[in-house]
Amino acid sequence: MANPNPALRNSEQDGDTREQHLIELVQRGRNELFYELVHPYERRVYAAALAILRNENDAEDVVQEAMLKALANIRQFRAEARFSTWLIQITVNEALMRRRRERTVTMEPIDDRPNDDADYIPREFADWREIPSEALERKEVRQRLAEALASLDPKYREVFVLRDMEQLNIQETAETLGISIASVKTRLLRARLMLRDLLARGWENGWFSRLPFEKGSKPW
Amino acid sequence: MVNEEANSQRLKCEQVWREISNYVEGDIDPSLRLAMDQHFGTCQRCRSVLEGTRNVIRLYSDERMIEMPAGFSRRLQSRLAQGGRAARTRWSSWYAWTVPLAALLLITGAIRVANSLTSVHPMKTAHAQPAHEIPPDMPVVVTTGAKVFHAAGCPFIHHKDTERILTAKEAIREGYIPCLRCLRKYLNTDVVGKTEKSAVGDADSEANDQDEEGDVPGGGQ
Repeated sequence: MANPNPALRNSEQDGDTREQHLIELVQRGRNELFYELVHPYERRVYAAALAILRNENDAEDVVQEAMLKALANIRQFRAEARFSTWLIQITVNEALMRRRRERTVTMEPIDDRPNDDADYIPREFADWREIPSEALERKEVRQRLAEALASLDPKYREVFVLRDMEQLNIQETAETLGISIASVKTRLLRARLMLRDLLARGWENGWFSRLPFEKGSKPW
Repeated sequence: MVNEEANSQRLKCEQVWREISNYVEGDIDPSLRLAMDQHFGTCQRCRSVLEGTRNVIRLYSDERMIEMPAGFSRRLQSRLAQGGRAARTRWSSWYAWTVPLAALLLITGAIRVANSLTSVHPMKTAHAQPAHEIPPDMPVVVTTGAKVFHAAGCPFIHHKDTERILTAKEAIREGYIPCLRCLRKYLNTDVVGKTEKSAVGDADSEANDQDEEGDVPGGGQ
């Protein structure tokens, strides 16, 4: 018991067991327990919806619709899958459907530029100036990062969000978006490299100018 | 770029960039990993790309990157509470037998309430009035067992064990309608009165008037 690791493992196992137990109860009709079940994943489903819709109100609405769908279909959930992944997949489907509907209404062109295959050449090669995680305490840094992400083409943003923010694996990301594993990898690479360039330029643009960066050690 | 003097195994920078994402994922075969490790050891540009890529992943995977709109959880919870009841009637055969029973109880209760204060039509009319007069920030009580919101202390709150406090604005937004008893003073009773008279006649109007008189918490049936 003195070793924290087994304790941690136990608590994780307890969490999984508890989640499984809650799922079974809801599957048997205890719908009032469903919110307790989805509460730990609210952030992640919201981020997934926001990545696709880029509008907070739409994203929130879609999450609500998606969670209602998840509740209505909870009996179809199989224990082999991760519950969080299942929720994210339902949310992404719902968000994609909404976007498709809105595109049909507004007659926006669907993004089908065939630039998946072209290699992305990084543009910034100076020594990397690390943006420390503590910088995320600052709202303007979070905002800049969110803007950089929002500026990506949807197909890169979606893959990036599912893999790197939602922590789905490559296969789950592919299944969720209905694209091939190869496409996930190509788009992920591109998204990461584009964001890296944007963040590198962020230093030049003064986005991170007030960060406690060790001046002189990595001159630009 | 590639240094011709280096050994022939050495990768080109372009190859490194193409694989850098897989490298970070640990999704490359060991020989390529080794070649890339060697490349990073000597190529400052590719090292910068690697460090930046890792930095991007580290930052965006941080939970702080996801900012939730204020009140998100509460709104989701109440939407589920409303929708969950509907879902139960569709999905839970386990409890299916309770549905007609609950419906019967609701109808019985509704008739009892309707008889006690007014007819069904005027209730609908009154409820149909948008509750503009209710101060939007007024704290009100809602429960999962009913579609009505109440002022605190209203004796007609059912399912008290599921009580939640919202502002009137939120309650309206969530589809709740004001309680005719405790919030009557905020409703457009003139219109209600006229409709009642035309729709159902004086007896019901009288009953309704009596109810207006009895608008005191703790009063009523």
